[in-house]
Amino acid sequence: MSMLVRYAPWIGGAVALIALPHVFSSGASITMMSLMGFAIIFALSYNMLLGQTGMLSFGHAVYYGLGGFITAHALNVIGAGKLPVPLPLLPLVGGLAGLSFAILFGWVSTKRAGTAFAMISLGVGELVAACSLILRSFFGGEGGISTSRTATLRLFGINFGPQIQVYYLIAAWCLACIVAMYAFTRTPMGRMCNAVRDNPERAEFVGYSTQMVRFIAFCTSGFFAGVAGGLAAIHYEIVTSSVVGAGPSGFVLLMAYIGGIAFFIGPIIGAVLMTALQISLSDYTGAWQLYVGLMFVFVVMYAPGGLAGLLLMHRPLVATGTLARLLPAYALAALPALALSAGVVLLIETSHHLLVKAAEGPKMHTLWISYDANSPLAWAAIVALLAIGFLAFRRTWPVVSGAWSGAIIEARGKPGR
Amino acid sequence: MSPPALQLVDLQKNFGATPIIRGVTLDVAPRERHAIIGPNGAGKSTLFNLISGRFPVTSGQVRLKGEDITGMPPFQINRRGLARSFQVTNIFPRMSVFENIRCGLLWSLGYRYSFWHRVEGLRDARERAESILEQINLSARRDAQAGLLSYAEQRALEIGITIASGADVILLDEPTAGMSRSETEHAVALIRRVSEGKTLVVVEHDMSVVFDLADRISVLVYGQVIASDTPERIRGDSAVQEAYLGTAGTEDAHA
Repeated sequence: MSMLVRYAPWIGGAVALIALPHVFSSGASITMMSLMGFAIIFALSYNMLLGQTGMLSFGHAVYYGLGGFITAHALNVIGAGKLPVPLPLLPLVGGLAGLSFAILFGWVSTKRAGTAFAMISLGVGELVAACSLILRSFFGGEGGISTSRTATLRLFGINFGPQIQVYYLIAAWCLACIVAMYAFTRTPMGRMCNAVRDNPERAEFVGYSTQMVRFIAFCTSGFFAGVAGGLAAIHYEIVTSSVVGAGPSGFVLLMAYIGGIAFFIGPIIGAVLMTALQISLSDYTGAWQLYVGLMFVFVVMYAPGGLAGLLLMHRPLVATGTLARLLPAYALAALPALALSAGVVLLIETSHHLLVKAAEGPKMHTLWISYDANSPLAWAAIVALLAIGFLAFRRTWPVVSGAWSGAIIEARGKPGR
Repeated sequence: MSPPALQLVDLQKNFGATPIIRGVTLDVAPRERHAIIGPNGAGKSTLFNLISGRFPVTSGQVRLKGEDITGMPPFQINRRGLARSFQVTNIFPRMSVFENIRCGLLWSLGYRYSFWHRVEGLRDARERAESILEQINLSARRDAQAGLLSYAEQRALEIGITIASGADVILLDEPTAGMSRSETEHAVALIRRVSEGKTLVVVEHDMSVVFDLADRISVLVYGQVIASDTPERIRGDSAVQEAYLGTAGTEDAHA
C-alpha cells in the first residue's frame, strides 16, 4: 500500500502523458506538448544548478545546444552509414555530449562560486556563441545543421515520421528524466548540493569539497540539458547556432524562476506555462516578450517562491478545509486586478500598435474591442482603467491579506485531514 | 608512544605585514581536554582557523596525529579526523535539525558524493543522526527548521554537527559565548559528554568553564603561548596573572 502511495504521482504522470494526445488531439497541441516535454527537462536541469546548488548560470543553453548539434550530426552519420541505431537512443547521445562539454567547461567554472561562477558561465556562453558563427563545418553557419529522424533503424515498424510518435518518444524521455532528477535530489549527493547552497563554508568543514559538489552537480545538469537538446534536434530536425546563445540561456532562467526554484515541481510548471505563452501569445501580439519580462519582474518582486510557491502556500488550507474562507476575498480582489491587467494590456498593445505598426493605420483590435489607437477616448479609457484598477486593488488588498492570516491561523489550529 | 593528537610547530601567521600568531608551539596529547585562553585579540580564533585549514599558514607546521596537515583545505583536514565548531553559529539554516546532523556524518560513513544511494534509506546514517540528536538533547526538535531554533539550541546543533562525523580531535570555538548561567551549565555537561574519549581543544572566555573542563590550559597573549600547564599551575603562574588573569585570577581562586 505504501509503495502504491509512493509511486502514485509517477503512475499518474505516466497515465497523463499517455492520455494527453487523446484529449488535445489537434496537430498544434501535440506539437506544443512535444515542445513542453523537452522544455521541462531543460528547466529542471537548470534548477539542479540554481535551486538546488545555488549556482546562477547565464550559459546553460551551451549544453542544451551542443547536445542538439551532436545529436543532429549523429543522426546524419547514422542515416548516411545505415548504422543499426534506433532513434529512441539518440537523446542519450545528446546527453553524453552535454555531459562531456560540462566536464570540460565545468572544470574551470566550478572552481568559483557565486558571482564569479555566474560571470564565467556568461563568458563560456559568449565564447560558444561566437564559435558557433565561426566554425561553420560543425554549426552549419546561418542555415544550421539539418537532419532527418526517419532514416534510423526501425523497431516494431515505427519510423517516427508522424508527430504523435515523436510526442511519445519525448514524453517517455521526459518522464524518465523527471524521475531521475527527482531521485537525484534524494541522494547523499543531492542533499550535499543543498548544503553547499545553504552554507558552503560549513560543508567544507564536514568533509565535502564544495568545488567537487558544484562540479558533479554541473555535469549532471549538463547531461540532462544535453538530453533536452537532443530531443529538440529530433523534434525540429534542424539545429541552428541561435540555440547555444544568450536567448535560450535567459529563457531557461525565466522558466525555472517563474515556476519557482525552491520547489522540484516549480520548473515543470514554469516550462509548461512559458512554452504555452511563447507559442500562443506570439500569435496574438508582437509584444509578447514584454509580457514575459513583466511577469518575471513581478515574480522576482512579489512572489519569490514562483508560481509553485504561490500554489503550495495554499496546501495547509486545502488540507484543513479552510480554503473556502479565502475565496470571497479573492473574488473581491480579482475585479480590480482584472481591470488593472486590462489597462496594462491595452496600454502595451495600443503603444505597440502606434510605435511598431503605424503604417497599418490607427484601426486596431485588442481584447475583443475594435478602436482607433490614436483616439483620445481610448487613451482616456486606458488611463481610467489603470487608475481605478490600481486604487481599487490597493483598497481590496488588506481584505485579502486579512482573510489570509485568519485562514492560516485557523488551519494551524486544526488537525490535517 | 603514540604521537600527540595535535601538534603545532613554530606556527606563524601574518595578515599583511602584521604578525597575529608569532611562533606558537604546542602539543595536545590524545584524549586530553585542552583549553586556550587569552585576552581579546590574542589570536585564539585565528589559531583555530589555521589548525582547521580555514586560513593559510604563513610559516610553521600543523600536525594531526603525527601527519603534516599544513596547507590542506578544510575538507581534507576534516576527513583525517578533525572537526570544529564556530564562534558565530554556522549551520545549514534552511534544513531541518535532523538533516543538519545527517549532512555532518555522510562523508564519514563513506557515502561521499554518492548519487546511487537513497538518502532516506540509509539506516546507519539515520540511526547515527538520531543518537547524536539524543546526545545534544534536540530529539524533540528533529524536524524543525534549523534557522528557527533558539540561540542555545543552535549552539547545541553547532556542536552536534561538529561531533557528527565521529572525529577524534574536536575544536570548539567559544561554545558557551552569549549563554545564560544555566545554559552554560547544560553546554558544559554536553561538551563533557560528547568529548568522552576524544581530544578536545576549546577556546573559551568563561573562566569557570575553563577551569572546570580542562586538563591543561594554554595562555595565548599577542600571538604567543606564554604558559601551557595544568589548571592549578596556570592559576598560580605569576606571568599569567600579570599578563592576562590580573585580578580575575584571585577571583577564580575562590570561585
